[in-house]
Amino acid sequence: MSATAETPPRATTIADDGDVLASPRRLVDVVLRARTFGIVAILGLFVLGTWLSQPSFLSGSNIRFILGDTAIYALVAIGETFVVLTRNVDLSVGSVVGLSAYVSANQFQAHPGIPIVLVFLVGLGIGLGCGAITGLITAIGRVPSLVVTLAMLYIIRGVDTIIVGPGQVVANALPNSFINIFQDTVLGIPDLAWAVAIVVGVAAYYLRSYRSGRDLYAIGSDPAAARLAGIPIGKRVFFAFVLSGALAGIGGVIWATQYNTIDATAATGLELQIIAAVVVGGVAIFGGSGSVVGAALGALLLQTINVALNVLGVPSLWTEPIAGFLLLVAISMDRGIQLRLAAALRKRRAHLGA
Amino acid sequence: MPDRLKPILRWESALVLAIVAVFLLGTGISPQFTSSYNLFTLCTNLGDLALMALPTTLIIIVGEIDLSIASILAVSSELLGSLWMHHWAMPLIIVVCLAVGALAGLINGLLVTKAGLPSLAVTIGTLTLYRGIASLILGATSVSNFPTSYTNVGTNGFLGISSISWSVAVFIVLAIGTGLMLRMTRLGRSLYAIGLNQEAAFHAGIRVKRIKLGLFVLSGVVCAAVGILYTFELSSAAENIGIGFELQVITIVLLGGVSIFGGTGTILGVALAAFVYAGLRSALLLTSSFNENDFQVVSGGLLILSVLVPNIALFTTRGRELLARRRGKGTLRTTSSAAGGALQDG
Repeated sequence: MSATAETPPRATTIADDGDVLASPRRLVDVVLRARTFGIVAILGLFVLGTWLSQPSFLSGSNIRFILGDTAIYALVAIGETFVVLTRNVDLSVGSVVGLSAYVSANQFQAHPGIPIVLVFLVGLGIGLGCGAITGLITAIGRVPSLVVTLAMLYIIRGVDTIIVGPGQVVANALPNSFINIFQDTVLGIPDLAWAVAIVVGVAAYYLRSYRSGRDLYAIGSDPAAARLAGIPIGKRVFFAFVLSGALAGIGGVIWATQYNTIDATAATGLELQIIAAVVVGGVAIFGGSGSVVGAALGALLLQTINVALNVLGVPSLWTEPIAGFLLLVAISMDRGIQLRLAAALRKRRAHLGA
Repeated sequence: MPDRLKPILRWESALVLAIVAVFLLGTGISPQFTSSYNLFTLCTNLGDLALMALPTTLIIIVGEIDLSIASILAVSSELLGSLWMHHWAMPLIIVVCLAVGALAGLINGLLVTKAGLPSLAVTIGTLTLYRGIASLILGATSVSNFPTSYTNVGTNGFLGISSISWSVAVFIVLAIGTGLMLRMTRLGRSLYAIGLNQEAAFHAGIRVKRIKLGLFVLSGVVCAAVGILYTFELSSAAENIGIGFELQVITIVLLGGVSIFGGTGTILGVALAAFVYAGLRSALLLTSSFNENDFQVVSGGLLILSVLVPNIALFTTRGRELLARRRGKGTLRTTSSAAGGALQDG
């Protein structure tokens, strides 16, 4: 993502003469990039502060833990970003992760010796199924995604509870090669973090450079205009939900590799952490703006805070209120930025003497 | 006016039929359904949810949403438990809990009206925030030594009628009040105006922001009050109290025919829907193979259906109109109305 790679010949609007802030579009770009750097800066400050008061925070095992944990959150957050970009929301991801975690891990109990790839496919299938149902009801039934996914949150969790019954998957039912997926590292960084970083890269490239990716932004910015522009809104929204479901399904399998013991409450409330990560990462909750890189950074920030609190001896009960608080701070700040930006653009337009 | 009333009346009469069906289902499943014990449990559950549904209905009518209701209930309940553990006087505790509920609602309202943030995002945030604060208040401890003079609301019927609970009696009184307010007063009508077109309502002199702020505060107070009531009914304040109530309340509101996009809906519909919902729950729970978790699935399904069914109805009428218009054009080649065209054709 270097600056040279991203200059396709743009339709020249006002000024392409090198002045960075001359065109309104550049200004928006700069602000959005500053937003991402803002998260990185906060993350840096936070890590520095915690490290100064508790040097053990930056131990190799802590860093590995943070990155491994972030991998799941970031993966699910990518799907959520796609959905939120289209001005929808997916509240069902926590339940999908929980269902997929149990059913996939249970394959090892039900069919000892089953190949791990197959288990991942089971998780993916569950995710695809859930995403397709949500997507169909939203895109074709025209039921607001808030309603559908709130309902799916409880339906999928209920189904999960019925399937699990009083049982659970216990760690010693899982083969070591499966558990190791979470623990293996390359160059000191968990395999999973590498894998998710690649997925983030692919998703970012797709959203940036493909027509169907840009369509998601168009739909989120102005659904009516997008319809008039001939964008197949239903198809795109359906796709976003299927992707969100699929990634949550895979996230569930990874959840099982991390936590090993899985019962019916696995990943309860995860959706709120994911939405917090996405919004903290600068994806506008009303769609049309944001990036998967930001969402992944948001996930990293939240997980770092969780681990840091743990290292500093703060009870884990604080995790939830802090995520909620950060979400509120992020949307308030974004609103402020948005208002300022709109004012600046208006002023500029007046300046140019249109 | 009769034309506009038609679809609403139809929805509400469908709910009345649904109540009859649920009643038949319940008595069919078990004769215990109409036992005064079962009716009392049904009423207790119904009253709590329906009370929360009242402010939620008003908020949805003005085109906003409050997802933090169950978390506010939890804060109130855990605070009640904690303060009682610290030997505060009960009347004082109740006042404090209600005040905290008002504060929680005020925060929601200010973020929505003053900061101009979408209520969906705000209340997802406060759903997490308040729920987190609630678990911080009591942690893993639970408090259950409340005085019986208060916990009686969970065991004794309203005014000695053994099958009617206090919560449902309070609900009926408040529902009538709210219904009249919505229908008869300037304030009530302006809620619909805001939901239908906020800009127009503002230019018509309706204080949109102040009304919305008031509704969020009201929602906070009512949810805190239900938190107190619910704690006494259970005679226990513990972790995770009321988790998932927001789903049940929103299900009742939408099942009652309130549009999620705002601008339409009646309290009568919501009250009927509350009876359908609680009756169905009670009936299904009487079957041996059914538990709370299974009902969660039913509840989610009901929520989707309550929006999907009117949508499908809308699609079919629109489709039929379109078809009629096309046929009308084909045969008559005039600008006759859709209905006229269809008549000519048939």
